[in-house]
Amino acid sequence: MALDKDITTRWHSSDILLLGGSAGSFKLLFKIVRFLDGDLNKSVIIVMHRKRNFASEVERLFAQHSRMHVKEISDKDRVDKKTIYIAPPNYHVLIEKGGSFALDVSEDVWFSKPSIDITFESVAEIYKDKCTAILLSGANQDGAAGLLKLRNAGSLTIAQNPEDAELPEMPQEAINLNAADYVLSTEEIMELLKS
Amino acid sequence: MNVSTPGLSAEQVTEIIDLVKKVHGFDFSDYSKASLKRRLSRVMMIKKLEFYDLKHVLVNDPDFFQDFLEEITVNVTEMFRDPTFYKALNTQVIPYLSTYQHIKMWSAGCSSGEEVYSLAILMEQSRLKDKAFIYGTDINTVVLKEARKGIYSYRSIKSYAENYQLAGLKGTLTDHFTILYDAATIHSELKANTLFSVHNLISDTIFNEFQLISCRNVFIYFETQLQEKILELFYESLAPHGFLCLGSKETIRSEFFKKKFKAINQKENIYQKIGS
Repeated sequence: MALDKDITTRWHSSDILLLGGSAGSFKLLFKIVRFLDGDLNKSVIIVMHRKRNFASEVERLFAQHSRMHVKEISDKDRVDKKTIYIAPPNYHVLIEKGGSFALDVSEDVWFSKPSIDITFESVAEIYKDKCTAILLSGANQDGAAGLLKLRNAGSLTIAQNPEDAELPEMPQEAINLNAADYVLSTEEIMELLKS
Repeated sequence: MNVSTPGLSAEQVTEIIDLVKKVHGFDFSDYSKASLKRRLSRVMMIKKLEFYDLKHVLVNDPDFFQDFLEEITVNVTEMFRDPTFYKALNTQVIPYLSTYQHIKMWSAGCSSGEEVYSLAILMEQSRLKDKAFIYGTDINTVVLKEARKGIYSYRSIKSYAENYQLAGLKGTLTDHFTILYDAATIHSELKANTLFSVHNLISDTIFNEFQLISCRNVFIYFETQLQEKILELFYESLAPHGFLCLGSKETIRSEFFKKKFKAINQKENIYQKIGS
């Protein structure tokens, strides 16, 4: 299977890789984290729904298995290249104009904090077309509206093929909103990241 | 639920900041722009206002501003938010505080009072209730009214049960409330040593000396310079060796203040004042 040139070119020119996932996305996220090269000259931002008090286990696990620098986001952290940033539980993550993170504890969105929509929308405002965003498995609609904003801003937007996703609702909603440039299988997602 | 908010430009945000400062004397210019923009868009959506209507009511409708203030500031909080923080307080800070004759605490940006009452419960369980006094302050008078009442929905109190348990406290959270239908009222003896009042961290000054100041998830809404100005206020307001608690994702980054506060728990961002 070959990916077309448009998608690989846009992936290569992205400064940010944005990953959003909810229920059923953990395995693939973990696979991606393990796979990404230590020299990948991009900032990777992961927004994943998880339990409030599920401490920083995920950060530790990802850090142990990644060749990139892994960090759970603290307020005012700069968005640096060659780093994987993980949205902390019980905070929304926004991006400030100068390229730093701003946290927020306001109301849940789609019963979730962090909300994928909030981060995607904020990244779209700041980084416009400089981003590749992938929306993965999930049982609600968070992320779809944000993905559409990214697409409208010129970023490369991808929905995981709902047939491949453990829970199809989230990527399906993105497809329904016409928010995805591409719908890719898990294999194709990995192939793109390898390219 | 919908996050599709009206797009505001950076210039429009600045315009609103200037207007609010001129007309109402509240200065939001050193607030984090990313979240302020989101809050402004949210107000416009809730109140069904276009940008020009928002400016109009801010100038011409005196009652609107209180509403505006309430919506702009984030008042989402929990009882025993971040249970590991309360656990750390219990093991690392309370034993130290217990040696004092009087323990004055300040919950800065207390919103509807959940943190103040969480601290009150913690002090009661440590048998320090009678020598502890907890001040709760906020810029928002509406939430302070709620805080003074100490009445929460039973449903919300139940949702904090897990926090309470993870904090490692005895019994259950509901033990500290009188439940009547859907209303959970904090026990009056827990309320006795608390005081809620208006205080603006940006424009107001020192009002007492404290053994512990807790200001969690407030700094995330401020830009770095403003954070440092408020750190100075906290430093001056703390007794020698007093404790400062910031949110779990808020660290002291300034080299200057790193010399004035020693981190006694880096994960929970609990600091102790160095020097006097």
